[in-house]
Amino acid sequence: MALRQTELRPLGKPVGRKEDPRLIRGKGRYVDDIMLPNMLHLCVVRSPYAHARIRRIDASAALAAPGVKLVLTGEDLAKMNLAWMPTLAGDRQMVLATEKVLFQYQEVAAVVAETRAQAEDAAQLIEVDYEPLPVVVDPFYALSPEAPILRDDKEKKSNLIFHWEAGDREETEAIFREAPVVVKQDVRFPRVHPSPLEPCGCVADYDTARSKLTFYVTSQAPHAHRTVLALVSGLPEHQIHVISPDVGGGFGNKVPVYPGYVCAIVASLKLGVPVKWIETRTENIASTHFARDYHMTAEIAAREDGKVLALRVKTVADHGAFDGAADPSKFPAGLFSIVTGSYDFKAAFVEVDGVHTNKPPGGVAYRCSFRVTEAAYLIERVMDVLARRLGMDPAELRMRNFIRKEQFPYRSPTGWVYDSGDYEKTLTLALERIGYEELRREQAERRARGEFMGIGISTFTEIVGAGPSHTFDILGLKMFDSAQIRVHPTGKVIARLGVRHQGQGHETTFAQIIAEELGLTVDDVLIEEGDTDTAPYGLGTYASRSTPTAGGAAALCARRIRQKARKIAAHLLEVGEDDVVWDGTAFSVQGLPGRSVTMKDVAFAAYTNVPEGLEPGLEASYYYDPPNLTFPNGAYIAVVDIDKGTGAVKVRRFLAVDDCGTVINPMIVEGQVHGGLTEGFAIAFMQDIPYDADGNCLAPNWMDYLVPTALDTPHWETDRTVTPSPHHPIGAKGVGESPNVGSPAAFVNAVVDALSPLGVEHIDMPIYPWKVWSILRAHGVTE
Amino acid sequence: MKIAVKVNGRLYESDVEPRTLLAYYLRETLNLTGTHIGCDTTSCGACTVLLDGEAVKSCTVLAVQANGREVMTVEGLEQNGQLHPVQKAFWEAHALQCGYCTPGMLMASYALLQDNPAPTEAEIREALSGNICRCTGYVNIVKAVQLAARELSGEGQEALQEVEAHGASSN
Repeated sequence: MALRQTELRPLGKPVGRKEDPRLIRGKGRYVDDIMLPNMLHLCVVRSPYAHARIRRIDASAALAAPGVKLVLTGEDLAKMNLAWMPTLAGDRQMVLATEKVLFQYQEVAAVVAETRAQAEDAAQLIEVDYEPLPVVVDPFYALSPEAPILRDDKEKKSNLIFHWEAGDREETEAIFREAPVVVKQDVRFPRVHPSPLEPCGCVADYDTARSKLTFYVTSQAPHAHRTVLALVSGLPEHQIHVISPDVGGGFGNKVPVYPGYVCAIVASLKLGVPVKWIETRTENIASTHFARDYHMTAEIAAREDGKVLALRVKTVADHGAFDGAADPSKFPAGLFSIVTGSYDFKAAFVEVDGVHTNKPPGGVAYRCSFRVTEAAYLIERVMDVLARRLGMDPAELRMRNFIRKEQFPYRSPTGWVYDSGDYEKTLTLALERIGYEELRREQAERRARGEFMGIGISTFTEIVGAGPSHTFDILGLKMFDSAQIRVHPTGKVIARLGVRHQGQGHETTFAQIIAEELGLTVDDVLIEEGDTDTAPYGLGTYASRSTPTAGGAAALCARRIRQKARKIAAHLLEVGEDDVVWDGTAFSVQGLPGRSVTMKDVAFAAYTNVPEGLEPGLEASYYYDPPNLTFPNGAYIAVVDIDKGTGAVKVRRFLAVDDCGTVINPMIVEGQVHGGLTEGFAIAFMQDIPYDADGNCLAPNWMDYLVPTALDTPHWETDRTVTPSPHHPIGAKGVGESPNVGSPAAFVNAVVDALSPLGVEHIDMPIYPWKVWSILRAHGVTE
Repeated sequence: MKIAVKVNGRLYESDVEPRTLLAYYLRETLNLTGTHIGCDTTSCGACTVLLDGEAVKSCTVLAVQANGREVMTVEGLEQNGQLHPVQKAFWEAHALQCGYCTPGMLMASYALLQDNPAPTEAEIREALSGNICRCTGYVNIVKAVQLAARELSGEGQEALQEVEAHGASSN
């Protein structure tokens, strides 16, 4: 239960959230809550075809419809040099289609009217003459010589976007040639969607008198958005004011710039009044950036005793019509090469082919640090395949192969340097807490009775917190992050950061970090994010990077403040600076315990009584470029029972033991874990976005693309170990994605374990009841 | 069409298009933006309000259907500057993250507790099954409803004291 915000030394305590008072009153301020005078509404016209040439667009009837002020087509944008925009992956994407469309629901035109309903009515009146073209939905077919080339706008006439490799091919091949045991498994990670509860949207407000664009937008990265908008539109960057107000969840979906944003800005520039665009849920699922869609094959070479030697991975990645992967520039397949996971492989070789198909662009890092979810799922799944092949307990196989505590910092065969971890300790705690031995005994008894019970383990390693900037940039923007702290005369603080939370609780956790460093309370510290006119430049919140980057910046910035405060304290205490000691709540004189001054005393003196030669005021900024990424890890165990009659899988228990280093607020960490597990559960059992042969999206809304409710969702158990990051200023690692990265494999491993008496070695997600039912029936199992 | 609707105890008389949905009427005509819209298939429940005391999804009710009736939105939970126990409990139990589903969750929880002052966990999960949350995983939402139930039932002096003792200070 939540703790008061008025205590000193709040770091590590379950402080109640500062965000909540406004949100529980319905007084949040989300983009759609912004209503400006004279505001117009924009509706996007979308293609019914997945691949078609546009012969003609006739907007005359729409222009004559009630309330309509403007219709935009690709041709209109082309005149302004805005028909195309860059994607995060360095590809380019049509804002509004000119010559042809490349996926169903692609943006073709935009209508602006006085009300949303009028805009939607008029959108129906836009006549587009399409000439259907052959459709490519299968990425393997896309790579074949007979497939039509989808992107004839690109210099390279091929559906292959990139071929990317990591690790050492020759060394890996050599080990595989000699290895006594080799297992191989094809693993598909389905196409899924982040689906935050709030759809994407914006209000563009161009003030002609001041030549200033104010842009309210559902953004996880407001500064990056401002820079991209400046580069795309030609508006001076300081005349663009991006405001990301309260954001109703992001999960990676609100990192890209979407065509609707650009259309709203163009409309506001043309009309000189505010223009709002809020997408529907259908538009969100069927046109904004998806995630995953990886077709993977993994092979492990091992010894008979279970010691793993080498890993070989080949992947075909479906990126859709435009490569919109939200990946750092040097990494077209993100951080997928973390695929060796928690295990000490001698060698590894990973290759990924990115492919264009007639599907929406992507893929974003959905609650994932750039393709880490795919990697973690793959290695955790294939370790179980190896365990089964060798007849070993999956927990024992993992213990045998873990990178050992003393091996950190550990250099992986694909080149990452893991900061810290104690994998054995984390798994040991999980096994004890769940009662592993007892569960295995119960399982044996149930199996003897013909029942199907499964236990699944996932012991994953995450890689989060991009920077460091020498390795990581997006479109050239280096991935550091920032904090600015201003201490007012009465010891009250406003701190602004370059990231932007969407529910992670930064207003509380970053206040905890700063209050801890400055000897204040959480109440004393106000955190502001998301306003590019006031916040320092940063790359935003995704990929579990806020705590590793901006959290580090906040701590170091506060320490910078403390350095100056020490000088003022020495002046107030009338001693030399070297004689001043800080105990976490006050400055005192070394060896004289009776005399002390608090940060509040110092703050007042900073504006009223500074020592001679010292600049007045008490504020600082810090741009933190981390020396390395952070590597959270976890041990997750799922216990499932399968209903023989229906094939339904019941998750009886699920325990997540996470190690995210130093914990800032255990209540918030636990909440993040609960949420991530629920999304992982949905991916394992409920979610996929299939396309038919004509490229029609078969799950474009929440009736078909399922999201779990309270009724579907299991009860979650959590625990943790703490292995601080050696390089992070407070030892924290980030946690928001771990449960979504680590849990799918635990669920699938549990189901496969349950069905293993039938010889089942693998089932692809999502594990719908009919899939299980079919397997049971194929093996003659009946209720 | 002219309609007269009592919202959070106050009578509003408006002229609306017949096709106007109650959710849009509340948000855009009355500026009560606490009621949220998260989908287009009546799936998510972010727009849940009380209509004559019953929880409904206001995206699937026409404003004209509310004519002559009473609506309660999330803005109506707080009385005389005092948060309703269900609001306090959501804060206390960390039952919200991004906050977008919260108004709908609060209204569905409020409606449940009106009908069933001591719900079991299964009954709570059932009652909230029309509301989607993408952040919390529901564990803490269930906990919050249990906490609010204890407090509302009067047996909850203990729970109330717990909230008072450890509740985050209002600021």
